[in-house]
Amino acid sequence: MKLVLDQLTKTFPNRNKKGPDVVAVNSFTFEIPDGTLVGLLGPSGCGKSTTLNLISGLERPTSGRILFGDEDVTELPPENRGVGLVFQNYALYPHLTVRQNILFPLQNLKGDARPSKEEMLRKADEAARLVQIDWLMDRKPSELSGGQQQRVAIARALVKMPRVLLLDEPLSNLDARLRLQTREEIRRIQRETGITTIFVTHDQEEAMSISDLIVVMSDGVVQQIGPPQSVYDHPDNLFVAKFLGTPPINVFTGEVKDGWLTLGEDRVLKLQGAPEGAVTVGVRPEGFRIDAEGPFRCGLKAVEVMGRDTSVVGTHPACQSETFRGIIPSEDRDGAAGDTVRFSLKPNKIHLFDPATEAVLRDWSVAP
Amino acid sequence: MKTQWKAWLYLLPAVAFLGVFMVYPLVDVLVYSFEEGYNFASQSYSGVGLFNYSYVLHDPYFLQAVKNTFLIVIITVPLSTGLALLISLGLSSIRKLRDLFQTVFFLPYVTNTLAVGLVFMILFKKTAYTDGMVNLLIQFFGGTGVDFIEGPYWAKMFVMCFYTIWVVMPFKILILTSALASVNQVYYNAARIDGTPRWRMFTRITLPMISPMIFYLVITGFIGAFKAYSDEVALFGTNLNAAGMNTIVGYVYDMLYGNSGGYPSFASAAALILFAIVFTITCINLLISRNNVQY
Ligand SMILES: Nc1ncnc2c1ncn2[C@@H]1O[C@H](COP(=O)(O)OP(=O)(O)O)[C@@H](O)[C@H]1O
Ligand SMILES: [Mg+2]
Repeated sequence: MKLVLDQLTKTFPNRNKKGPDVVAVNSFTFEIPDGTLVGLLGPSGCGKSTTLNLISGLERPTSGRILFGDEDVTELPPENRGVGLVFQNYALYPHLTVRQNILFPLQNLKGDARPSKEEMLRKADEAARLVQIDWLMDRKPSELSGGQQQRVAIARALVKMPRVLLLDEPLSNLDARLRLQTREEIRRIQRETGITTIFVTHDQEEAMSISDLIVVMSDGVVQQIGPPQSVYDHPDNLFVAKFLGTPPINVFTGEVKDGWLTLGEDRVLKLQGAPEGAVTVGVRPEGFRIDAEGPFRCGLKAVEVMGRDTSVVGTHPACQSETFRGIIPSEDRDGAAGDTVRFSLKPNKIHLFDPATEAVLRDWSVAP
Repeated sequence: MKTQWKAWLYLLPAVAFLGVFMVYPLVDVLVYSFEEGYNFASQSYSGVGLFNYSYVLHDPYFLQAVKNTFLIVIITVPLSTGLALLISLGLSSIRKLRDLFQTVFFLPYVTNTLAVGLVFMILFKKTAYTDGMVNLLIQFFGGTGVDFIEGPYWAKMFVMCFYTIWVVMPFKILILTSALASVNQVYYNAARIDGTPRWRMFTRITLPMISPMIFYLVITGFIGAFKAYSDEVALFGTNLNAAGMNTIVGYVYDMLYGNSGGYPSFASAAALILFAIVFTITCINLLISRNNVQY
């Protein structure tokens, strides 16, 4: 099912009556193709849950429209929308067994849509098998681990074959290992069912790893939409660049002088087409190459070997934080010794931003 | 070992208090109930046996009291709990008015029993000047008035139950509204997404979630109703036997201090019979709740 959000806006009245309204979601416009897995990504409080609640119908938008396929569902109550929602804390009914929990949505159906008893049980079993919890059917939620509860919640959301599946921070209550495993599961389940799925997270790695498309939000405003790799490689603004990637991008205060990108005293790159003047420079950790003759001269603080890669912590006067971090292949590590180190920078890992608007500057290239 | 010793030391005041004021009187009552022909003045008795029980169980006043008590229990406990649940549901769905209504419904709870009794007198009692408000209403709609305070048994029982329900409702409403408010909203949201009809939401989510509180209210309601006495006095005066509205506790009191007083052995036997009844019913309640309260 194609999902269209058109100028979707939600404001909440301020708790303090005199204060301004809280704009939780601001003019969200997005068309999600049928069968895609979308990662909705942003820091806490940026309006991700509110967006899901709007799509599910639990909240009514202040303005804007929501379409499932060609059907306008903006005015429909949640029960008529055919969405499955997995809540952040799963919201399993504690007094019902796993089987009863999964059966619950089916038992709500009326008339022709209501399957026979055997049919319901078969569907519940099928959903349970899909998330691999068919051996836990007679337990109560309190007798399950976090990961198992989460699977039950997904099975309950899937059993009625929703048109759209929504997951609100489905992995945030799981430990690191289970998270890795479960996110692959979500990917697999989504592939097998082909249901258009939106999955909310504040963890960029999670969103990057399994989504077909990611939507980066900040303060209720969509910052960028696109396939994960392309958003990572071509961020639209400094916020997106900072939010994606671990370790995060290193930010420097720079200047374009006589066509040279200059960081502090160091002229690091000859550019073409970049406007002269102050510029904010982002360099991905993997953009540093150890080079005894390199133009980027830095203090060396620490070298951390992490197996295949080595992380180099350096200082530079133009750096906006105290230190920056570069990731280099471990075999190049010998170059990083003593108090100082020199790098050359990979041009495709450098992003330039307007210091005032923080928007990316695109119309430049490296001079030959 | 040392910590255990300390624990007992901390418990000592409570244990001593309970021992002196609860266990000792209980044992004393038990002893009294088996002493036959007890003489209050000489503090002597003629024998030990079950005569006291036999006497009490054959006393028509006692049988009347048992009947009254059971009627009050069976009528008021389910009705008051059910009504309180209905009102609480109503209250929780109108957020804005909740605080105001809660105060209104709670008024009887903080008002003195006898004051509420007075209000009921005005509502129901026939005097030289008026037939009481309820009778005026009945007559207005073309019925014939009834003397609710000194009239037929069913009328008195009606007033009695009405009054009991009235008095116990505020507490139940208070408990149930807070139980309803403590059900996590997220379950209702999940149920809405799944298209759960209202009635099913109530029976499959709300009721199971507040079932521990409902059972608490039923059990304490049973115990409270079995111990009914002061409300009867407030409505029908101290001579409850004459009014035919005595209760078991009232019977015990009368045996001790009433006109026919001075029979601690009979009173003790009656009290122990009451204890046995309440104990049995509470056990049954607990058994049922263990199988039905879902978490
Ligand atoms: N019911 C509400 N009433 C008032 N403000 C709300 C309500 N729900 C959310 N908000 C506000 O809207 C913003 C977005 O919240 P939310 O969507 O929950 O963020 P996220 O899920 O991204 O952490 C926050 O500033 C939050 O305080
Ligand atoms: Mg949230």
